[in-house]
Amino acid sequence: MRNSFFSKKIVAVIFLIAGFVSAQNHEGEEVETGAHDLKTEIKEYIDHHLLDSHDFNLYSYTTDTGEHKYVGFPLPVILWDNGLKVFSSSKLKHGEGVAEVDGSYYKLYHNKIYKTDAEGTINYGGHHGEETHTEDAFGENLVVDDSHPTNEKPLDFSITKNVVFIIAVALLMFLVFRSMAKRYQKSTMPKGLGRFLEPLVLFVRDEIAIPNIGEHKYKRYMSYLLTVFFFVWIINLLGLTPLGVNVTNNIAVTFALAIITYFITTFTGNKNYWKHIFWMPGVPVPMKIILAPIELLGTFIKPFSLMIRLYANITAGHVVLMSIIGLMFIFKNWIGSPLSFLLAFALSLLELLVAALQAYIFTMLSALYFGMAVEEDHH
Amino acid sequence: MEKLIEQFSFGLFFWQMLLFIALLLLLRKYAWKPILGAVEKREEGIKDALEAAEAAKKEMQNVTADSEKLLREAKVERDALLKEAREIKESIIAEAKEQAQVEGDKVIKQAQATIEAEKKAAVADIKAQVANLSVEIAEKVIKEELSNKDKQLKLVDDMLGDIKLN
Amino acid sequence: MTIPNIVGAGLIVIGAGLGIGRIGGQAMEAIARQPEASGKIQTAMLIAAALIEGIGFAALFAA
Repeated sequence: MRNSFFSKKIVAVIFLIAGFVSAQNHEGEEVETGAHDLKTEIKEYIDHHLLDSHDFNLYSYTTDTGEHKYVGFPLPVILWDNGLKVFSSSKLKHGEGVAEVDGSYYKLYHNKIYKTDAEGTINYGGHHGEETHTEDAFGENLVVDDSHPTNEKPLDFSITKNVVFIIAVALLMFLVFRSMAKRYQKSTMPKGLGRFLEPLVLFVRDEIAIPNIGEHKYKRYMSYLLTVFFFVWIINLLGLTPLGVNVTNNIAVTFALAIITYFITTFTGNKNYWKHIFWMPGVPVPMKIILAPIELLGTFIKPFSLMIRLYANITAGHVVLMSIIGLMFIFKNWIGSPLSFLLAFALSLLELLVAALQAYIFTMLSALYFGMAVEEDHH
Repeated sequence: MEKLIEQFSFGLFFWQMLLFIALLLLLRKYAWKPILGAVEKREEGIKDALEAAEAAKKEMQNVTADSEKLLREAKVERDALLKEAREIKESIIAEAKEQAQVEGDKVIKQAQATIEAEKKAAVADIKAQVANLSVEIAEKVIKEELSNKDKQLKLVDDMLGDIKLN
Repeated sequence: MTIPNIVGAGLIVIGAGLGIGRIGGQAMEAIARQPEASGKIQTAMLIAAALIEGIGFAALFAA
């Protein structure tokens, strides 16, 4: 509770700093477009917050001389472009410079790395430069930049900010649970952190695995269920800290988790499971033929919904939270700011709940699917 | 939807898969198996201990029941013994009483018989004495009466007169 | 965002909200009736709500 309170304050401070910085940073563009008001700026900041990054930045500021400074450290960039290329992300200079590696040139543009020529020219398809001004549903002017770079994109295996956090969470989990396991060798009673974690482990076993999979077969799936529960939970909670990482709002991450669930379901499915998919027992033959493709589609929809649910919940939570914090800068009066602060505070408490709930639901539904895959014939 | 596909980063997917599967395998070997094993062992231990306690409780109950049964039996036996003793005592007393009665009766009868015999003897004796006295008196009377003739004749007349009357 | 998109998103949110609200309400009624089965009811409620939510999100992304 206390932590969340402080974290929100810190986020607000960082947001403030970042807001000013980006305002000055984009000054040049503003002359061009003339549409960079505060609202767009906040929207850009939120969009940026939701994206992965090639650098590990805590915050950035602009010096008196107009120089743009980033506080943080660069991360390694790993590209596969006719051979493995590894270099530091500091070479990309936050998208302001061109990195030259082994005679190839790369430039960071909208958080993606493109191959360019020595000058770092980005070739645009579509309508670059002529940003289309359209009116949105509320009659407000919108600037739509629907330019798409046509430059070649090398395969990007960089250790991005999110990858750093995945590694950190993996290490943390390994160390914590390894030490917890070691404690059990000395005595069967949990000690220290184990006292807090053991009920959670038992919760996953008794409330998620056993009721959904069954008394006899749950043991095979316990490792996955426990790992995914704690991984998603911890990484969701880290997303609420002022470090500002959102690993689970990357569709790639949730896709990876969902596809593992899908593979485990598919490869451990027994005869009865496949029979229910391709030749549903107890219905007439024409129905069986109609049901088979639907059921088959269902096996893909299940992990797909897992993926979308986790992604969308975390993304939506962050967008709403950041927007409410952003309101503070739009209202700038004595009603708006406390209101926005209180709302943001309440919302971050809700997000704490959502972080755990989504981990629970992901694990629970995975267990449910595994349970379907190994269910015995009752007929 | 297009936004999602555009946002999809293959690199992140690759790392997430790699790291997550590595984490899964490592944790399975070094953490989950020992933890779940220890927890299961403990639960098993608790279950066993509970069962043992239950068994001990049952045993205890059996022992209590046994001792109670013994006690009850002893009580019954004691009661039986007491009853028997009382009966014996009563029978002894009764017998003694009866015997005493019989003995007493016998003594009394004997005494009565003796008294009767004595009485009879006394009566007989008295009778004999009375007879003797009567004879002596009669002798004396007769001697006196018969000392003169007149009187003797008169007697004969009286006697004859009595006989006539009869 | 165009007007049909916004209206569509609104409709989705209304639909999903009604669905989840109904699930929550019915679950509470069920718990009130049988407090001893609250654990099972909660689990079933969460699963049902999660499924509706999943459909809702899928539709939102399509909109």
